[in-house]
Amino acid sequence: MESIFLISILKFVVYVTVVLVTVIILVYAERRVSAFIQDRLGPNRVGPWGLFQGIVDVVKLLLKEDIVPKNAYKPVHDLAPIISIAVSLSTFAIVPFGNTMELFGHQVKLMIADVNVGILYLLSITSLGVYGVTLAGWSSNNKYSLLGGLRSSAQMISYELSMGLSVIGVLMISGTLRLDQIVLHQARYLGGWLPAWNIFLQPVAFVTFVVAAFAETNRLPFDLPEAEPELVGGYHTEYTGLKFGLFFLAEYANMITAAAVITTLFLGGWHLPYVESLGLSPLTLSILQVLTFCVKVVLVLLFFIVVRWTIPRFRYDQLMNLGWKVMLPLALANVLVTGLVLLLI
Amino acid sequence: MGSNGRMIRKKDLTIWQKVYIPEILKGMRLTIAQIFKPKFTYSYPEERFQPQPSFRGRPVLVEENGVERCVACGLCSRVCPSLAIEVQASETELEKERYPIKFEINMVRCIFCGFCEEVCPEEAIVMSNEYELVFTSQEEAVFGKERLLKSTEELKDRLEFLRQHR
Repeated sequence: MESIFLISILKFVVYVTVVLVTVIILVYAERRVSAFIQDRLGPNRVGPWGLFQGIVDVVKLLLKEDIVPKNAYKPVHDLAPIISIAVSLSTFAIVPFGNTMELFGHQVKLMIADVNVGILYLLSITSLGVYGVTLAGWSSNNKYSLLGGLRSSAQMISYELSMGLSVIGVLMISGTLRLDQIVLHQARYLGGWLPAWNIFLQPVAFVTFVVAAFAETNRLPFDLPEAEPELVGGYHTEYTGLKFGLFFLAEYANMITAAAVITTLFLGGWHLPYVESLGLSPLTLSILQVLTFCVKVVLVLLFFIVVRWTIPRFRYDQLMNLGWKVMLPLALANVLVTGLVLLLI
Repeated sequence: MGSNGRMIRKKDLTIWQKVYIPEILKGMRLTIAQIFKPKFTYSYPEERFQPQPSFRGRPVLVEENGVERCVACGLCSRVCPSLAIEVQASETELEKERYPIKFEINMVRCIFCGFCEEVCPEEAIVMSNEYELVFTSQEEAVFGKERLLKSTEELKDRLEFLRQHR
């Protein structure tokens, strides 16, 4: 019993460290890739190839003065970044990053929390993220912040629907809400060779989910809440120092979570095709699976970054049109077609 | 919008373009290809920009056989739009008879227009390829003769360029 508790704590510590370090690397990667796309070099001064730039930036943010505007509502102003970061960190808790593993004589599931309503937990927690952004915008007592906060709440609520509906297609196929079961369900083969990843079974749901994930994480092309040319900085205009850092961290942590969820739901999670038949030892297999998961997440993150520097920002009415008139019907139709196919088979 | 309120498009979008995703993928192919192309940025202190002879860097005085070519006619200081040049003439035993006892260019005032070079009858003041000008005080920014003189060998490219294009 005690060792299970210890293992949980171990998993938690490892997880938080990994996410925070990944955020730093991700910010660096984003700046570097965007620079390369624009024929620049990007940060290359601090450490080898500028790798320590992220750490230096974090230190800078920590040392900066914390300025609260005179007319801001201080309690909420302080609370908003905390909500944001708490939400984005707790979403990751249910993502399985590997199959069940033998560790110190225990069967350890490689996920922080084995929640039996996994996907529901995911959807509900990500919905809470709206509070952080909206409260930040409202409590700053600044029109740009408020507009950014309002936009983001409208955007997140609109896209949550298509996100939830596109997940339903996956649910109907795998028949479970547990994310580890969903991954296990994908670790099969269609026709003996094609991995039964949900991207092949549910391509429409994949597209709608990815688009919704972009909108949920406030990434370009849907970064209207912080559209710099229109809204200065959006909801975090009035934030400085550590509190701004928390928003920044939450944004990138959200990105990692979104990438991990996309990987889990649609790209087969930790499943590495054709490796089962090689007859590797269980430990090697586990490590290989965790690595597979990481590689997939990194690829999705790179996709996020490249998309950011490819597509221009949507206009607000276009965003709403896309959300309500295209994504929602598409996700609904997908549920309908999936249901029909499942009935007929 | 047209005058009758109808949307006017040069060409209607095809169904593929309306779906939007193939177009996004096309765009992404472009951006990803861009990642591997050579970069324009110089890693500055290690790798410096080497200007062409046509580049107008800081103006310098041409030094030939250990003496400046300048005969202190004062045309450059006359033409200088920002009044950056100050010349004081004096007599010399040499063939040219006159030389500048004092020649100062205030590099804070200089606007690198190259008029001085254009007006000079002796080709004695030319624009060099130096662009790194850092001062810590106003006084330091006033370049006297000792900092302005440069030998003909160093200015070979620029003098050659002037001969061809003037």
